[in-house]
Amino acid sequence: MQSLVIVAHGSHLNPESSAPTYDHADTIRATGAFDEVRTGFWKEEPHFREVLRTVEGDEIYVVPLFISEGYFTEQVIPRELRLAGWDVSEWGSDGLSADQATLVAEDIDREVHYCGPVGTHRAMADVIVRRAESVTDDPDVGDGFGLAVVGHGTERNENSAKAIEYHADRIAERDRFDEVKALYMDEDPEVDDLPEHFESDDVVLVPLFIADGYHTQEDIPEDVGLCEDHTEGYDVPETVDGTRIWYAGAVGTEPLTADVVLERAADAGADLGTALDDVRETTRVATGD
Amino acid sequence: MDDQRPETADPTAAHEPAVPEVDLPGDAFDAVLDSLDDRDPDEILRFEGFSVARGAEGADEDLSGDAADAYRLDPADGDRRTGLTERDLHEALSERAAAVTDWYVFERVVGEFGPRRAFLRWIEDADGETVETRYAALAEGIERAWGELKITATVTDRGERRYDVRHADDAGIPVDELDAYEDPLDARDLVTFDEKGRYRPLKTAPSLAGGWVFPDLGPRDLYETVETIYPATVANWHREREDELDVTHWRETMERQSGIYGVVKTWDRGEGHEHVDWVAEACCDDSQCLKRREWEYDEDTDLDVDGGDGAFPCREPCSVVVSAARKWTRLESEQPRTYEFDLTPSEKEQVEDIIDAVADGRTDEIREADTKEGANRYRTRFLRAKLFDEDGNLGGVPTEPDEE
Repeated sequence: MQSLVIVAHGSHLNPESSAPTYDHADTIRATGAFDEVRTGFWKEEPHFREVLRTVEGDEIYVVPLFISEGYFTEQVIPRELRLAGWDVSEWGSDGLSADQATLVAEDIDREVHYCGPVGTHRAMADVIVRRAESVTDDPDVGDGFGLAVVGHGTERNENSAKAIEYHADRIAERDRFDEVKALYMDEDPEVDDLPEHFESDDVVLVPLFIADGYHTQEDIPEDVGLCEDHTEGYDVPETVDGTRIWYAGAVGTEPLTADVVLERAADAGADLGTALDDVRETTRVATGD
Repeated sequence: MDDQRPETADPTAAHEPAVPEVDLPGDAFDAVLDSLDDRDPDEILRFEGFSVARGAEGADEDLSGDAADAYRLDPADGDRRTGLTERDLHEALSERAAAVTDWYVFERVVGEFGPRRAFLRWIEDADGETVETRYAALAEGIERAWGELKITATVTDRGERRYDVRHADDAGIPVDELDAYEDPLDARDLVTFDEKGRYRPLKTAPSLAGGWVFPDLGPRDLYETVETIYPATVANWHREREDELDVTHWRETMERQSGIYGVVKTWDRGEGHEHVDWVAEACCDDSQCLKRREWEYDEDTDLDVDGGDGAFPCREPCSVVVSAARKWTRLESEQPRTYEFDLTPSEKEQVEDIIDAVADGRTDEIREADTKEGANRYRTRFLRAKLFDEDGNLGGVPTEPDEE
């Protein structure tokens, strides 16, 4: 029996935090690729400490719905899941290349496949692009557009900046957008000066965050100048210093993120049948035909 | 723990419920045949009160032809005992449909998974009562409480279990007057906000809103619904029943914290556990959380506060407690100071009333014109107008001495 456990941060204050986790779990359930799909949280229930005891299967894939490799994926989650013998070297990662480690979870005395986070998987670049399609409502968006991928800088987590740069570079190589830039919230190049970094009249701004919350709904819109105060709201697109900014909100809310969760499990050996194709198809942006 | 009996299955009750007529469904009979096929000829398949096996008795060697396809029944209670054809077997099992459907429900529908199986058996006391007693009780409806939930189990005339789940406050309300749901995952939306629309960070807080019902769940969906409303409570309750609950006490939990929560371990200064008593009284009281606190200060030191009466255990300080403890660790590192200002006796009592009203979540209940209540809004605004200076300092006394 094959089980998927999606682990995410959650929140004591904001119900939107767990919404993408539930949405992607539902998308994956609908594919039937797993006998069960469970969700566990740091700040909600079931907690990381107790989620595995709710799992029935014997082939268990744990996928962290987190943006980067770091404190949560390397310390908190393995500790709270009680993965015996975990050491970050199990992933043999350079900060971007975590794949999976198979370890016994002492809570249930069964092996689990502990996968790398969703945010650093190569398929996340597709989700960023899909997010740009969603927010512009144009499945072919790219020509005449710039794309800004935004996240924390190295101040909070060195790997956070690495992930942003990695995806920005990969998308740039596709020559789909006129320009692709990685911008940061707490270091140069800063998202506050977005129009200075782009020549394009239209720029899609995609924050590399899992869920909408303080950073994506208050911090970034105010820093970029989409609004004076987030409570006023803003339009999409909103013109700032002559640049039309298409603010996408957290990339993790894009339905295609479910595909990356599946990719992580597949990389760890899960048998998914046609689920990957199914999810890519069912989460597409309508072409308007 | 208090292992309550199902409310309507009390055999000493004056009213003796009737055992319902049960038809043997085809899928249950097919499951019996499959199960017999999977067994060696001499291996019996046990139901309550009788067993069935494949093959003629004593013919375990040289089984061939009719003997291999025949079934036997033991005890037969007047039915044919050996050499039963499939048709004979069907007839005999139809006579015993309650026991067969009971086997089918638990072996094939519910399955092996420990927490699910134990929970569904507990609902109808399947490990304590006979099939006959249970079916009679189920025909009238067996009611169980789980947190704020009321679960009513019934049985169909095909021996299938059906469950009605709703808020206990909605007991007795007709289904069509409630919002009815079928998919256990829909419960996620029912637990997100309380009656006033406020986000519920703790699923086991006694603030579940009502007005909804899952009127007709099967056994697996019942388990999923309960686990969605109160995550991991069945799993922990099951471990406790098996004597395997892994309790992690306060000290150990705080020692484990890291990052921004690492500071909480400094709150334990080897000077007793009064601060943890206050935490438990603040957060873990039955008025705040329906889990029964099983964790203590450490393995050898119990807290002075009662753990509550909940059906399901709390096995370690939760994330809400850890987050609050982080705040208190900082606040409690401050040294007390003496502030001097005057209050009338009534004003002192009013301050106490306000603290009580906020702590007990009663502020909304205090009527606007009820100035007898210390925590009344007009009374409180009057107190502020009288006692605060323009900087919001109580009694005009600055919080920091150098602010004067």
